[in-house]
Amino acid sequence: MTIKYTKDHEWVRQEADALVTVGITVHAQDELGDVVFVDLPEVGKSFAQGEVAGVVESVKAAADVFMPVSGEITEVNEALRADPSLANSAPLDTGWFFKVRVSDAAQFEALLDETAYEIFSAES
Amino acid sequence: MAAASDDLLKTPLHGLHLELGARMVPFAGYSMPVQYPAGLMAEHKHTREAAGLFDISHMGQLRLVGPDAAAAFESLMPVDVIGLAPGKQRYGLLLNDQGGILDDLMFFNEGGGSLFVIVNGACKVADIAHIQARIGQRCQVLPLPDQALLALQGPQAAAALARLSPGVERFVFMTGGAVQIGGIAAFATRSGYTGEDGFEISVAAQDAEALARLLLAQPEVKPIGLGARNSLRLEAGLCLYGNDIDESTTPVEAALNWAIQKVRRTGGAREGGFPGADRVLAQLTAASGVAGHLDHETLKRKRVGLVALERIPVRDGTVLESFEGLPIGQVTSGLLGPSVDRPVAMGYVALAYAEPGTRIQAMVRGKPVPMEVSTMPFVPARYYRG
Repeated sequence: MTIKYTKDHEWVRQEADALVTVGITVHAQDELGDVVFVDLPEVGKSFAQGEVAGVVESVKAAADVFMPVSGEITEVNEALRADPSLANSAPLDTGWFFKVRVSDAAQFEALLDETAYEIFSAES
Repeated sequence: MAAASDDLLKTPLHGLHLELGARMVPFAGYSMPVQYPAGLMAEHKHTREAAGLFDISHMGQLRLVGPDAAAAFESLMPVDVIGLAPGKQRYGLLLNDQGGILDDLMFFNEGGGSLFVIVNGACKVADIAHIQARIGQRCQVLPLPDQALLALQGPQAAAALARLSPGVERFVFMTGGAVQIGGIAAFATRSGYTGEDGFEISVAAQDAEALARLLLAQPEVKPIGLGARNSLRLEAGLCLYGNDIDESTTPVEAALNWAIQKVRRTGGAREGGFPGADRVLAQLTAASGVAGHLDHETLKRKRVGLVALERIPVRDGTVLESFEGLPIGQVTSGLLGPSVDRPVAMGYVALAYAEPGTRIQAMVRGKPVPMEVSTMPFVPARYYRG
């Protein structure tokens, strides 16, 4: 399974040919602090890369969740909606946000790999 | 970010904050701990259940000294200063000539013609200049930049502090005096900014770290950052200067009528005589509905508490609307209250929407979130009144 990252501190995991799961990184949840609310997109809706697909709010701040790649939302994490603290306790696992049917595989390939993301988040 | 932090002032506890793993942020010109590794939510709950230690050394401390100090200070605020007995503390509001709030503060009568005053960190330079300019001829204005300020807050604060300073538990809410805490000379008042019982402790900067370590060594006490300080004060219904009150808001618009004692109101023995008195007193009359109805011209808006009816935090700056879609006000502070476990806020609304129970809506990211006007505090105050 290939995992890529964005400069918006999201992770994107390839699940099947054109299907990816999206969540926020450990660094992102650490910066946000205790997450208390997530606004998830509608299943079936399509977004272009970089569009705002959702919102994550912590006790401190609200942040947009950007679409890492263009595509259609196929599933959202209802468990996260019910318990937003999953974004803190298991950001890479049960705290995932949504799944996307990718419309342009090249966009996924162009995202940061783990090393590049680590360098990016260390500098930011 | 690294470059800017070089310009920030540091409190005497800076090294201790770093040692405790705090995340430091710029606040009021200082590098301050926004949270420790426990995190905002845990820190908030710990303060409500046990005791939390806050570094609030960024705040301004000063002394006004002289036989005329109380009368002079009273000329700057709509508050009874002259009538405050020695050993007691009171909330005050510095007003501009339009009745707008320059700062909110706490003052304590030390006796012997000396008032000890604590003002907001972000306002302290301007406050001291204002006080000096207006009443510097009538009393000495003595800033105390070498004093640190700690707050110990929570239901177990008194037990923890009394272990180190026997007798301190006898102070009731809004009283205080000189104390020895584990051999360190300090000045404590039973007051705070969380809605809980607790103390604020002024101590010489060079003793601050030793005192903080002594307090943190008590089993009830954990360090608490500015993040939890904000959520605690909002649940307690207390204003944050710069958010909920500022120069554009008057005490009556801010629903701080309780801070204006009868003696300074229309018909009182020392009625008026403070900056903006005409406007503030007219608004007080309007708010009381003396003519049988509220006067919406003199008093157009009011600060209210708000509870969201959906589990969506409503942040400061959010526009408030009537259900017909008319803009009626704005949120000035808002978050998910960790203790009340639902989104709470305060903001200003047109007077017609200010009654508790009134339903309005907040426009969050373009979507309406229903809210209800609520009485405050959102959590019951637990001050120790003896």
